[in-house]
Amino acid sequence: MQVIITINKKPGVLDPEAQAIKQSLFSLGFDDLENVTVGKQITLFIETEDQERAKYRAAKMCEALLANAVIEEYKIRVNELS
Amino acid sequence: MRIAIIVFPGSNCDRDMMVAVESLTGRRPALIWHKQNNLDPIDLAIIPGGFSFGDYLRCGALAAHSPIMNALHDHAARGGAILGVCNGFQILTESGMLPGFLGRNQELKFICKQITLSVNGATNCALTGSLDHKQTLQIPIAHNEGNFFADAETLNRIESNGQVVLRYKSDKYATSSNPNGSLNNIAAICSLNGKILGMMPHPERAMGKGHESADGRKLLHSIFEAIKT
Repeated sequence: MQVIITINKKPGVLDPEAQAIKQSLFSLGFDDLENVTVGKQITLFIETEDQERAKYRAAKMCEALLANAVIEEYKIRVNELS
Repeated sequence: MRIAIIVFPGSNCDRDMMVAVESLTGRRPALIWHKQNNLDPIDLAIIPGGFSFGDYLRCGALAAHSPIMNALHDHAARGGAILGVCNGFQILTESGMLPGFLGRNQELKFICKQITLSVNGATNCALTGSLDHKQTLQIPIAHNEGNFFADAETLNRIESNGQVVLRYKSDKYATSSNPNGSLNNIAAICSLNGKILGMMPHPERAMGKGHESADGRKLLHSIFEAIKT
């Protein structure tokens, strides 16, 4: 089953990259911009047909390695069509 | 004095550190490949700078799960001393042996320059006890991710426990007291028991003779004095 993990900075954690992108977009005239976050997406294939099991295993992987709880939070999405 | 330097794929300060250690102790430290599962009894493990595993995922995140890390955790649990420099500091935070996180530099630039450091007079670090707290140190930094972050509660705890060891004071040209955005100007911290030290500046690049400074000698010397006793 395909699992898509999105990892973003926790609110309140300084993200200089997002700040720089925001500044650049502003200077290009996108003045309706409210906020920018920069994260990463990790796509996994887990050997199971059980969605809950896939989510559980992906959460374990996030806690063990993929996300750093000091600064990051993660969301897990299971792709039903896969 | 038995000193081991841990080498990961992408470590690049291991040999400089080896030369620095040998110049002060007269003994060549062992270089230990990260795939090794066990460590012979040692007095100090050094995790050198570099770009372990290409800085993939997060700096130090993959190295923090290398086979040798179990042996390092055991060494730490026995009260053993560990020094992590630059990427070594990142590996120590990623492995949970030190608190906090080292994020992207505030200005999004790799910074490589001589920097002035102050020694925290209230530090509980067991490895730097012989450093003069009134003196500043000139030691270079060279990193892209050295912006120390911890949540407010952790930061308070680190400060009140005396876990801050070094702070950025000013660079050589006194343009800024904080090169990378680190909270509380933190350049180095230690563990609660004072035996694990993580620092962004590179003492092995401030050894005199061809270097701009010899203050790295003072820092390493204080560590060797501490583990001798």
